[in-house]
Amino acid sequence: MTALRPARTEPPWVRRLLVGAALAAVAVLLVLPLALVFAEALKDGVPAYLAALAEPEALAALKLTALVVAVVLPVNVVAGVAAGWALGKFDFPGKSLVVSLIDVPFAVSPVVAGMLFVLLFGRTGFLRGAVEALGLTVLFAPPAIVLATLFITFPFVARELIPTMQSLGTEEEEAAHVLGAGFLQILRRVALPNALWGLLYGLLLSTARAAGEFGAVSVVSGHIRGQTNTLPLHVEILYNEYRFSAAFAVASLLTGLALLTIVLKSVLEARERRGRSLP
Amino acid sequence: MTARRRAARLPGFGLSLGVTLTALSLVVLVPLFALALSALRLDAATLRRTAADPRVLAAVRLSLTTAFAGAAGASLVGGLLAWVLVRYRFPLRRLVDALVDLPFALPTAIAGIALTTLWAPTGWLGRPLAALGVNVAFTPLGIALALVFLGLPFAVRTLQPVLESLDPEVEDAAASLGAGRRDVFLRVLLPELVPAWLTGFTLAFARGLGEYGSVVFISGNLPMRTEVAPLLVMTKLEQYDYAGATALAALLLVLSFVLLFAASRLQARSAEAGA
Amino acid sequence: MSIEVRHVTKSFGTFVALSDVSLTVPGGELVALLGPSGGGKTSLLRIIAGLEAPDAGSILFYGEDATGRDAKERGVGFVFQHYALFRRMTVFENVAFGLRVKARAERPGEEEIRRRVTALLTLVGVDWLHDRRPAELSGGQRQRVALARALAVEPKLLLLDEPFGSLDAKVRLELRRWLRRLHDEIRLTSVFVTHDQEEAFEVADRVVLLNAGRIEQIGTPRELIEEPASDFVRDFVRPGAQL
Repeated sequence: MTALRPARTEPPWVRRLLVGAALAAVAVLLVLPLALVFAEALKDGVPAYLAALAEPEALAALKLTALVVAVVLPVNVVAGVAAGWALGKFDFPGKSLVVSLIDVPFAVSPVVAGMLFVLLFGRTGFLRGAVEALGLTVLFAPPAIVLATLFITFPFVARELIPTMQSLGTEEEEAAHVLGAGFLQILRRVALPNALWGLLYGLLLSTARAAGEFGAVSVVSGHIRGQTNTLPLHVEILYNEYRFSAAFAVASLLTGLALLTIVLKSVLEARERRGRSLP
Repeated sequence: MTARRRAARLPGFGLSLGVTLTALSLVVLVPLFALALSALRLDAATLRRTAADPRVLAAVRLSLTTAFAGAAGASLVGGLLAWVLVRYRFPLRRLVDALVDLPFALPTAIAGIALTTLWAPTGWLGRPLAALGVNVAFTPLGIALALVFLGLPFAVRTLQPVLESLDPEVEDAAASLGAGRRDVFLRVLLPELVPAWLTGFTLAFARGLGEYGSVVFISGNLPMRTEVAPLLVMTKLEQYDYAGATALAALLLVLSFVLLFAASRLQARSAEAGA
Repeated sequence: MSIEVRHVTKSFGTFVALSDVSLTVPGGELVALLGPSGGGKTSLLRIIAGLEAPDAGSILFYGEDATGRDAKERGVGFVFQHYALFRRMTVFENVAFGLRVKARAERPGEEEIRRRVTALLTLVGVDWLHDRRPAELSGGQRQRVALARALAVEPKLLLLDEPFGSLDAKVRLELRRWLRRLHDEIRLTSVFVTHDQEEAFEVADRVVLLNAGRIEQIGTPRELIEEPASDFVRDFVRPGAQL
């Protein structure tokens, strides 16, 4: 960053005012809600905090959330890496269409996203017959939760990897290829290691969103206590029962995950900036 | 030399594109197709009924106004934040920069209960405001505030790169020609920032239209008063009014697509302008 | 290994990079592809390597058609203009890469790999840098590592794309003489691309002068100076150039 030169900057009092206003806005809009989560969670003391987390329904919710993440994450990684490779290293007609399509889940309201699966698997759903024939339950059961979460989190890894792979260029991969490396070898030894931070951030963001998805899961879950409630749904139940500190206690877990995500992003950007300035 | 060429013969293109398209179709396109099909199956009577339902109209109107207000608020605050983050050095700058992403990473339900607790008449900020006669929680104001929180990252992150790429020499030139600081800002900088600003606004708007988790707690969900469209879709689903839910959902989807298309156009234009 | 290029044409969109180009490189020769920027030299090199596919025409190795063959299968060593070293690997790992990705049946053992890599690093004079990352090396050092890496898989053909383009003048001079000596020692068929006429003339056995996608002349440096085939050749080759 160049040093600020007096000719083109505001008088100090303006600067201080703007910075002050910005900090105030951040404090009110961002810091206070964050602080509140932890303050309310610990309001009744640490033992109550831990007890809330150890409740059977909380543990069941944690297990379900973990299951959803465990299924969704590998799918997102595979699809994201494939998309990063195909769209980041090659040009082809229709490429921008595919990129836009990958972004579609961002445009869809979570409630609408959940509804899509009701339309597929509900009472009058298109795939209802096929599902029943196979003896499966999808809607109001974990499979629907997984599918709805998959839909919502689909773009995340791809959106990180595509620009990362694109900006890294193709020279190292070409070199590896001429030296005799096949596709998977190039991915494993050259392309992915170089894109590591982008991949990690995409993974973490995907995980945070998969664990935290609320609207879509709310529609398809059926809210059966101990069975089809994820952590966010469990938080909602506790809150609606006026068990505020318990609700925030469970919420603090997900908040911690969110904090981890933004810390990692900060680290990633710092590294990238450093990398760009290297010879 | 011509534009950069992509390696024409790196391996794995067919496989990776195939995987991408298959996943895309199964996970995203098939479900959307279900909505499209259901929407097309709706008969005119249902559509008319839904369109005339005062509750639906109220919900759509409320969604549009709160999303607009939220996006506007987010753009204003976001603009200030982006400016301050890019141009000034101050303590805690990196912390603030990281915090901007909080609404993006935080689960919506948690944002919802935190904001409600904060702005409720018994909350840290709600209490002093209630003493002044201002109610935030369980009013449209509360919804808009939640959407400001939500839209903030969009506003900041679309403006930041543009601000960073501004050429300081242009400002110096204007100053050397005698332009005061305010003039430089209004005449030289602002026009360059407007497309990116609008992009951020549009993205925040689109996001705010469909938001559920952050809003459902703070709104109180009172029909005709604080019920936004996504909440109404949810209610209709719970009452098995699938037709009504489909109609409303299809409308929301179309609106979102239009907005996102507009945003991508704006983004392309601001990229061109910056080039 | 001898190379034959037959009637190769290549366009990128509306830009014609190569137009009906044909030439032969006998085994063991060091040939320079010379010409102004945008003339098609790099495109031709990449087509020979298999990194691009020609729109028309064919490439033959030892008289066998290799046009459809994947770059991996061509037994070619490629040295990129900006080295393309694997940034996250050490010098040793870079050079060992080609040996390590071989199919299990053909892969040498770790001991053998170590022996070969060390020998190559010594040959190019960077063995003392074996555990450094590319970012820690100078331009000239990186270039030598790139060369060692290409040679590690015992290619039948060596292709170099403006190998000294990014280096400063003194290093450039040093390295091109070193390349010539290396070639004399290992006698590997080599083709290198350059826009520097002095460099081409000093290093190559024969020079192919390319302009706007067409071959202006093929010959020894002396032939290009004394018997230019066109005005372009005469103007491009500075009069009084040293041989």
